[in-house]
Amino acid sequence: MELNKQQDPKLAPDILDEWFVPKEKNRDEAEQVVRPSVSYWKDSWLRLVKNKLAMLGLIFLILLVVMAIFGPVISPHPGDQQVLENQNQPPSAEHWFGTDELGRDVFTRTWEGARVSLFVGVVAALIDFIVGVTYGGIAGYKGGKVDHYMMRFVEILYGLPYLLVVILVSVVLEPGLFSIILALSVTGWVGMARMVRGQVLQIKNYEFVLASQTFGTKTSRIIRKNLLPNTMGPIIVQMTLTVPAAIFAEAFLSFLGIGIQPPLASWGSMASDALPVILSGHWWRLFFPAFFISLTMFSFNVLGDGLQDALDPKLRR
Amino acid sequence: MVTYIFKRFFAMIVTLWLIITLTFFLMHSLPGSPFNEERTTSEAVQKNLEAHFNLDKPLPVQYVSYLKSVIQLDFGPSIKKPSDTVNEMLGRGFPVSFELGMLTLLVAIISGITLGVFAALRHNGIVDYIAMTIAVFGISIPNFVMATLLIQQFAVNWGILPVATWKSWQHMVLPTLALATGPMAIIARLTRSSMLEVLTQDYIRTAVAKGLSPFKIVFKHALKNALLPVVTVLGTLAAGILTGTFVIEQIFAIPGMGKYFVDSINNRDYPVIMGTTVFYSALLIFLLFLVDIAYGILDPRIKLHKGEGK
Repeated sequence: MELNKQQDPKLAPDILDEWFVPKEKNRDEAEQVVRPSVSYWKDSWLRLVKNKLAMLGLIFLILLVVMAIFGPVISPHPGDQQVLENQNQPPSAEHWFGTDELGRDVFTRTWEGARVSLFVGVVAALIDFIVGVTYGGIAGYKGGKVDHYMMRFVEILYGLPYLLVVILVSVVLEPGLFSIILALSVTGWVGMARMVRGQVLQIKNYEFVLASQTFGTKTSRIIRKNLLPNTMGPIIVQMTLTVPAAIFAEAFLSFLGIGIQPPLASWGSMASDALPVILSGHWWRLFFPAFFISLTMFSFNVLGDGLQDALDPKLRR
Repeated sequence: MVTYIFKRFFAMIVTLWLIITLTFFLMHSLPGSPFNEERTTSEAVQKNLEAHFNLDKPLPVQYVSYLKSVIQLDFGPSIKKPSDTVNEMLGRGFPVSFELGMLTLLVAIISGITLGVFAALRHNGIVDYIAMTIAVFGISIPNFVMATLLIQQFAVNWGILPVATWKSWQHMVLPTLALATGPMAIIARLTRSSMLEVLTQDYIRTAVAKGLSPFKIVFKHALKNALLPVVTVLGTLAAGILTGTFVIEQIFAIPGMGKYFVDSINNRDYPVIMGTTVFYSALLIFLLFLVDIAYGILDPRIKLHKGEGK
């Protein structure tokens, strides 16, 4: 201190040693936790909320689901009502999204199509989830020979071009809603299985799993209670990316004419029906289904990206 | 390296065999025969037709003979167009589809990398936001929607480009653009993120400290390493482009392989479905194989000869 004062008295002339007194220690206070502990899910959620684009996607998705449920109900025209005088009407106060060549209301049909498209996407993703998680979980947990052969099989399936298999299976099956879902799931689960297996392989060597094993916990319980909750983050991300892929594949199939068959309609089949009339200027026929397919894909993609960042434990603070 | 290539080659053959078998039995599990529609044919004619297309033998015999002919690259005749063999259709359609696919890949790679690099260089700037907005739209808009939007704008409203078919370079613009936006968006995002990572590395700082021109740093030093992740997705992108040609060729009435494939599905022309499926799969699997090998050669960190892929 003395030295400093001699060297540079102008810079710190008034700072006195007496100012610096150690604070009195309080045992009880020291033990108190200042910040409440935040669980993994809450922390992830807080980070997701900060991501504006992902929240936008989430809001769009909620709106889409709400409209898929209530859209056909609030519309004054039933989707299968054919009014021949009202053919090919552009959007108006009466027909919000216009009408098609049979005089059906495009607004109602768009939301009925939304039900089909979203249903296909969600169910296909759920099947992928169940099959993929079970398969990947077993392969990863068992390890060794079992893992080796199970993964060889997956690798071969992984090599098959996805859309080709989907097309092939839907050609063979009777066309319909459930055939499409089945076709989408035949090889769709493979990506999920690979991901889960990789995660399980990593986590099963952690101490808490070892502890569980030492207590003699059943394998199925260890997989369910110890391993899966810790892989849930990547699984959710994978699912938010599977749903739009399935919706796209369904639209693609329906567009080619081997997907959803009338009287059911999906966004893909509506876009396909609209193709011949686009040149005659009936833009609303294509615009609305195409817009909502794109909006759905957009929402799921940005939400998936946001979740990927939010659920990454490495980024946790 | 050699053992790795050999192993991958073997896996490729197994996958191919699986596809041929799967296609064969799926097609033959369908109820009814392809000649059921023609009610006028007498029983004798029916028998003759079945004999001609080898359908009167037991299934395993048919399978073996199909496998044999496929190995000899003979995919058999078409049932609905008796004058055509599947090989002739592939011979006519493939060059067109190949042209479309290659053009698309070229456009997607060049524009995707350019967008990605500029986005990374102007990280969080205006250019970055614009590039990533384009990328998000590219991923969100399905190619058949893109195709119809492009036709509507360029061909119908403005009349600067032809609506359909495949004749001059003007005809190629719209289909290529429609097919390229998706892959372009994926490449742009990948390039951007890996470029951002590479730009923070020490050797880039060294290059800057040496006083190299920014152009040289980006294109000679950074891009080389930033492109490795892009190489890995090329196989999947090629697969996407290939299946994308089904709808694009349908929309633009391009006489390529995809159009034959879709027509054969709608006509239930089983030998053509089988032939094109096998051909497509072979092409794709071979592409994936090439990409894997190329990746191994390009990235010196990957040692292919020992302990790979565990």
